[in-house]
Amino acid sequence: MAAAGPSVFLLMVNGQVESAQFPEYDDLYCKYCFVYGQDWAPTAGLEEGISQITSKSQDVRRALVWNFPIDVTFKSTNPYGWPQIVLSVYGPDVFGNDVVRGYGAVHVPFSPGRHKRTVPMFVPESTSKLQKFTSWFMGRRPEYTDPKVVAQGEGREVTRVRSQGFVTLLFNVVTKDMRKLGYDTGPPDTQGASGPSPQQGLPP
Amino acid sequence: MNPKEEKVKIITEEFIENDKDAGVGRQKKTPKVARQKRKKRLPTTGPEEMVPENLHFNQQGPVPEDSDTRPLSMTSRRGPRSLPPIPSASRTGFAEFSMRERMREKLQAARSKAESTLLQEIPTPRPRRLQSPSEKEMETEFGTEADEEVQRTQKEDDSQSYSRVKFCDSVRKIKPKPVVPPGFPSAEEAYNFFTFNFDPEPEESEEKPKAKNRDGMNQEEEEGEEEEPPVQEHKMDEEELLSAKDDEDFLLGLDHAAEDFVVVRPADYESVHVRLQMEKELLFVPSRLTVPTYKKLPENVQPRFLEDEGLYAGARPEVPRACQNIMENRLLTQEPGRKWFGDDGKILALPNPTKGFPSRPPVLTREQDIKAELETLYKKAVKYVHRSQHMIGSGDPSGNFQLDIDISGLIFTHHPCFSREHVLAAKLAQLYDQYLARHQRNKAKFLTDKLQALRNAVQTELNPAKPHKSLDTTQKAINEYKSEIRQTRKLRDAEQEKDRTLLKTIIKVWKEMKSLREFQRFTNTPLKLVLRKEKVDQKTDEEAYEAEIQAEISELLEELMEEYERKMEGYRASYQQWKAWKKAQRAKKKKKKQAVEEHPDEEMEEPYPGEEPVKPVPPEPTDRALVEQQVRERAAWSRRRPGEPTLVPELSLAGSVTPNEQCPRAEVLRREDVKRRSIYLKVIFNDKEVSRTDSRPLGADFRVHFGQIFNLQIFNWPESLTLQVYETIGHSGTTLLAEVFLPIPETTIVTGRAPIEEVEFSSNQHVTLDHEGVGSGVPFSFEADGSNQLILMTSGKVSNGVAWAIGENGIPLIPPLSQQNIGFRSALKRADAISSIGTSGLTDLKKLAKWAAESKLDPNDPNNAPLMQLISVATSGESYVPDFFRLEQLQQEFNFVSDEELNRSKRFRLLCLRSQEVPEFRNYKQIPAYDREIMEKVFQDYEKRLRDRNVIETKDHIDTHRAIVAKYLQQVRESVINRFLIAKHHFLLSDLIVEEEVPNISSEGSGILGLSLFKLAEQKRPLRPRRKGRKKVTAQNLSDGDIKVLVNIIRAYDIPVRKPTASKFQQPSRSSRTFSEKRAASPTTHSPTHSTDYPLGQVLVRPFVEVSFQRTICHTTTAEGPNPSWNEELELPFRAPNGDYSTTSLQSVRDDVFINIFDEVLNDVLEDDRERGRGIHTHIERHWLGSVKIPFSTIYFQAKIDGTFKIDIPPVLLGYSKERNLIIERSFDSVRSLSEGSYITLFITIEPQLVPGESVREKFDSQEDEKLLQATAKFQTECALKFPHRQCLTTVTDISGKTVFVTRYLKPLNPPRELLDACPNSPQAMEELVARYVSLIPFLPDTVSFAGICDMWSTSDQFLDLLAGDEEEHAVLLCNYFLSLGKKAWLMMGSAIPEGPTAYVLTREQSHYLIWNPCTGHFYGQFDTFCPLKSVGCLIGPDNIWFNIQRYDSPLRINFDVTKPKLWKSFFSRSLPYPGLSSVQPEELIYQRTDKAAAAELQDRIEKILKEKIMDWRPRHLTRWNRYCTSALRHFLPVLERNQGEDIEDDHRAELLKQLGDYRFSGFPLHMPYSELKPLIEAVYSTGVHNIDVPNVEFALAVYIHPYPKNVLSVWIYVASLIRNR
Repeated sequence: MAAAGPSVFLLMVNGQVESAQFPEYDDLYCKYCFVYGQDWAPTAGLEEGISQITSKSQDVRRALVWNFPIDVTFKSTNPYGWPQIVLSVYGPDVFGNDVVRGYGAVHVPFSPGRHKRTVPMFVPESTSKLQKFTSWFMGRRPEYTDPKVVAQGEGREVTRVRSQGFVTLLFNVVTKDMRKLGYDTGPPDTQGASGPSPQQGLPP
Repeated sequence: MNPKEEKVKIITEEFIENDKDAGVGRQKKTPKVARQKRKKRLPTTGPEEMVPENLHFNQQGPVPEDSDTRPLSMTSRRGPRSLPPIPSASRTGFAEFSMRERMREKLQAARSKAESTLLQEIPTPRPRRLQSPSEKEMETEFGTEADEEVQRTQKEDDSQSYSRVKFCDSVRKIKPKPVVPPGFPSAEEAYNFFTFNFDPEPEESEEKPKAKNRDGMNQEEEEGEEEEPPVQEHKMDEEELLSAKDDEDFLLGLDHAAEDFVVVRPADYESVHVRLQMEKELLFVPSRLTVPTYKKLPENVQPRFLEDEGLYAGARPEVPRACQNIMENRLLTQEPGRKWFGDDGKILALPNPTKGFPSRPPVLTREQDIKAELETLYKKAVKYVHRSQHMIGSGDPSGNFQLDIDISGLIFTHHPCFSREHVLAAKLAQLYDQYLARHQRNKAKFLTDKLQALRNAVQTELNPAKPHKSLDTTQKAINEYKSEIRQTRKLRDAEQEKDRTLLKTIIKVWKEMKSLREFQRFTNTPLKLVLRKEKVDQKTDEEAYEAEIQAEISELLEELMEEYERKMEGYRASYQQWKAWKKAQRAKKKKKKQAVEEHPDEEMEEPYPGEEPVKPVPPEPTDRALVEQQVRERAAWSRRRPGEPTLVPELSLAGSVTPNEQCPRAEVLRREDVKRRSIYLKVIFNDKEVSRTDSRPLGADFRVHFGQIFNLQIFNWPESLTLQVYETIGHSGTTLLAEVFLPIPETTIVTGRAPIEEVEFSSNQHVTLDHEGVGSGVPFSFEADGSNQLILMTSGKVSNGVAWAIGENGIPLIPPLSQQNIGFRSALKRADAISSIGTSGLTDLKKLAKWAAESKLDPNDPNNAPLMQLISVATSGESYVPDFFRLEQLQQEFNFVSDEELNRSKRFRLLCLRSQEVPEFRNYKQIPAYDREIMEKVFQDYEKRLRDRNVIETKDHIDTHRAIVAKYLQQVRESVINRFLIAKHHFLLSDLIVEEEVPNISSEGSGILGLSLFKLAEQKRPLRPRRKGRKKVTAQNLSDGDIKVLVNIIRAYDIPVRKPTASKFQQPSRSSRTFSEKRAASPTTHSPTHSTDYPLGQVLVRPFVEVSFQRTICHTTTAEGPNPSWNEELELPFRAPNGDYSTTSLQSVRDDVFINIFDEVLNDVLEDDRERGRGIHTHIERHWLGSVKIPFSTIYFQAKIDGTFKIDIPPVLLGYSKERNLIIERSFDSVRSLSEGSYITLFITIEPQLVPGESVREKFDSQEDEKLLQATAKFQTECALKFPHRQCLTTVTDISGKTVFVTRYLKPLNPPRELLDACPNSPQAMEELVARYVSLIPFLPDTVSFAGICDMWSTSDQFLDLLAGDEEEHAVLLCNYFLSLGKKAWLMMGSAIPEGPTAYVLTREQSHYLIWNPCTGHFYGQFDTFCPLKSVGCLIGPDNIWFNIQRYDSPLRINFDVTKPKLWKSFFSRSLPYPGLSSVQPEELIYQRTDKAAAAELQDRIEKILKEKIMDWRPRHLTRWNRYCTSALRHFLPVLERNQGEDIEDDHRAELLKQLGDYRFSGFPLHMPYSELKPLIEAVYSTGVHNIDVPNVEFALAVYIHPYPKNVLSVWIYVASLIRNR
């Protein structure tokens, strides 16, 4: 394989779910998971995680800080289906039921380096006023059948959503062999390596 | 050429041509020159001192840095160059020296003068700023030049001192630092100047001696020499350039030597004057004065003005005169060729319209050809900043557009109420308008002028002033001109004649009018015509007239002469011919005479070859007098006579109308009538009235003024715009006078720019009036005798303006082009042909070109430019007009590889196939990055499948017919799946969002809001917990191992018990049973004799349950006794095919869950009884007792399966028997014993619960009546409202995807003849046989074949052809058979265990109902507790549907009397009677007799395959086959078939025992309908017969196939294992 050049490229993503801005809510926790195409496979790290519950900071920023680390490595043969991170934020409502406070998704940045992303979050809306009332009352808000729905475009037209807040994410992206496979994603100076580099002890 | 050199050249030319400038420069310069002279003298101490050169040299040595010497640089520089380096030259006389000195001065003067000229041009004091890079280069050249000279002196002059070298070096070192401005002498130059001898050597230069001579001749005349020095300069420069290369070499060689020296020098200073002088030398200022025309044209050529010749010459761009002059001067100086000037001596300012190719030179880079230029380059995408503020809502389809229609007024040119005078007035006005129009155009004048120009042109052409043109072309041109003249003259004459006639007519009408007014003694119209006479100068006029006539006459004469000549020519020719003929004739005659003499008998038969040619008549020469007469006559007719005043008619409205009182009664009536009339207009847009004007009274002058503007807000492109003119008379009513069609404006016409146009209209109505009005459409006359009648129709003109409105932001509100299609075409039709050429290819281009050539279009006129362009393109053949139209013509540019290459790429193909969701690739993971990594074999399966689509594979399917059917099914399935792939991608809200349902008061269960609120207060851990529904999981985020099938085996009843092998020859009592007996089967039929065989306490059977699913096997612990209770949960993992857990994929899982019940038999393997005391050696055998098979799809759709199932126990179970007596003795529930067979209670579910795929929500098209469909929808909603869980079926989908009303499927159909013949006298047996036949048709659930799509019903013939179907098809067929047998039968929709929603058949016997399971062929009484049907939703008959509206739906508790409307809601009732729907079933089913030989062959093959399989399954053991047993079994199987597997067990056993003696024997026959081989193998495998690994085991296997008509095959497989008893 070494002689023939790489047949897959690797994408290492680490970073963290830094904080969130949800002006109306407090005591939130967040789940993340990755959605990727058929040509992608995780090789190391966790694809999904659930954070601790955080309360708002007491300063004027009123930020909800999680600093929840992300560390995952993918391998792929095809940039189609580039990984997206799907976030869902949950928190208690007035009655203490855990309800969803926001869904959001963003693609992992393409170019290597440090990236900060602010993801707008939204929740699905109830289909009627009565539903809204009962769902509020019962603490069973409408939810996506699967949070991964927010990473796909198909079928979204049947839903109505409302914006909720923002989650700030930090990504550090490292790619390997993208150039060799013919995918140029970053500014040229960051893609210095050329020629066959020795295999790093990565799992196949 | 070097730019510098060019500049110098320009300067010299300037000097030559423009003395004035030079003079100005000189004036300015003279004082400076004087000063310079003075300065120069100071250090040199003057030439007068006559110091020898050497001394001079020494003196000057230390002062070369003096800045004062710098202005001399040019001269000094030149000096040494022309000087010989020979030292001997230094010995020169004084005369020579002084002359040299003077020479130097002169050069200096000329130079400085040139500089000052430059300075004049450039006002900036710092010349450095203006230096171009080239000039800088020049500087260094100067510098190096100096260097070289120094070098040369060093080489050649041996006597040079060391100090001097040193000095030179130092100079050299400093030199690169200060950049010396051009023309300034460097220090070295100055030094050289002063140190070298200026010894003129005649062979060295050409100029020098010349100058010298001049000097010698007139030393005082400095002024005269001014022209010379610059020339010299220029040449010198050239020389310098040549040597520039060498200089650089020197520089490089010497650089290092100069580093040691530091020279202190004063700051550089350049005086302004010097700088100016230098600039003057370099720059060129063209003069502003007008260039005389002769300079711009070739010699002896008069300027030619195209305009005067009548050709088009475009308007020249506005350029100030001064600029033009400058340009002309420059061009004249720069390029002596006069190509920049036109024929008129003016600079060319316009593009030549006749030029066929663009003037701009092609930009060609050095080595690239055009193709390389055109190559597509990749550019990175640039982010486009969107400017939104200028965006208009162009994409907005509902943007409103506005059409402004301005209706200013209406004039009648004829109206019924016109009086006679009005008629004349209208006529007069019309004529006058015509006159005005003609006058404005003044075509006659234009043509006259043109004629004049042409005549002049002929004159000039004839003039032999242009020798360069060939005579031929001249002649041709003249001829053309002449023909042109002729034509123009004719046209002019016609025009003039028309003018004159018009004038005459006007006068005539006016006279008529006047006479009419006089006659009727009143005036109706204010019209008044005044004829103004314009006096002309009699004499000049006459002269002009005469000249014109003379010219015409001469031309005519010439023309006639030409014609005469031509005719004469023709005459001569024909005359010659005639003569020749005559001669020949005469000769012939002579000959003939001789011939006649010689052969008198021969008659003169020879006829003349043609008619005798007539002797041609010579043409008459033209008579000048005659011609003149003609011309004069014509002139008199068409032209104003000389001296006659020009008549100019003027029409005014100054006349007065006679008031009413003075008019006769008829006229008053007419006027009254006019007053009563009023007019209004309707605006019709796209045939719809959109608005109308106010009604305005008709004025006495028959004009109506509206002055209204209508703003039409429109959405579509207007197709028609019409105004309707309505007239109202008094209060009587309105009549439509006429319709006026307005053209739809071009898109360029917007409000404010639209001209007011007059559109004429006329009507054909007939009006006769009883007053003075002439009416309309009726004849009337102006004459008293009524002759010369006129018929006039109402007509008029509407003046209007139509334009597009402009929006608030200045954007015209015009609909987008896409909407214009229709309008555009119609607009095109109206447009003139020429302008629309090329837009749609209306005209044949070749014809057009021909026409253009014939009509001699002026190619200069920009109006014709597009046409000429088109013609040039079309006729040159350069442009290839394709006769096809291509969409996306730019696509090719964007393809990065060719299509073939793209298709060859395996990776691309793989990606495509995956995205198309081709089954083989649907979930292909990680498509390799390179082509080379993709194996060919990846595609092999897919390609094979594609290839085999039409090839029928008989390998897997032993039976060819079934192979065809399987193929067909596969194809139907594929097409249906493809059809619904899109539908699958339609999402519902519930697919995406989980939302609690709104608590509904009417909904069942705890739906009420209050109740659910109450639930909130519920205890968290109630004492009596209730089951809660599990949360459903969508299949999206599942992977292998996530899904498990849970099988909870609770208990079983009535397991067969072992028969002690000891007992032999039991002869059971056999009895033939009837229906009634079966229904109320009593245990008495079975004799309790067996019980004696079993000693109490002996283990009868040790059953355990083994569940196998997807080849995973789990089993329970072993229980004891025939009614074991296990209560165990088994967990089986589930793997979806290809790891695809999507709903579609799960639905198509065809795996079954096999639940097998085995008996665990412990065999003592100890051979020796002595061992018994020390250990137990037993061998465990498992004997298959029966199985239950549940398809996974059923579990998937049902979510859970809970109930008691009948165990499928083979009819013969060797070594086992049902232990019924015990049950009775233990006083079991008698109901249970009513049925025979064994039962098992199971609970099966999937963990986690999966959401079953929903059927397609698409509405299918239907051929049913719309009313019927509505009724079905209504019926279903009503039913669903009452009993939402009961199945109500009204319409189904047929195999072609159409919705069909369900009753159409039911129709009596004939069962196979053979079945009817089999038992003619027993209807019950026949029915059973029919049911069996139906059940033998293989079962294939629709959900499997059409995953997740829908339930499809095939008709019975299709079903029999396919030989596969699910419950509905079986039920329909069975029901149809029963109907044909004359029974009352219904299709019963309900839910059963384990099928779920299913279809059964209900028949009515004399007193009771029977429920038939069509898939198994079993029937149950209505009150049979073991009937698998658990609920009844509706009944379907051939002509109606009844929905169960009883409280209960269990068949045990409902009444099947459909005539009771309280219990059954019927679809067709009195309000909606049955319309008599035709059936979709065929008239009759045709059965082919099955080929028995084929069946036998199949039988053998199956047997062989099964035997091989069993051997395969026992890889570690020897498999022996007992042939005796096999043959015994083989004989037994047909008996089983005949008896349908009932009650033959004991016979059989006896026979076997008889044959095989002491074998321990276990075996059973399996019975199945035949569809494929795989299920058979699967079934055999699941019995586990092969698992016996006792060393001395033997096997027996027999297969029997009983063929039924229509290829329905009943397969029997008898498997047995034998162990020899010791």
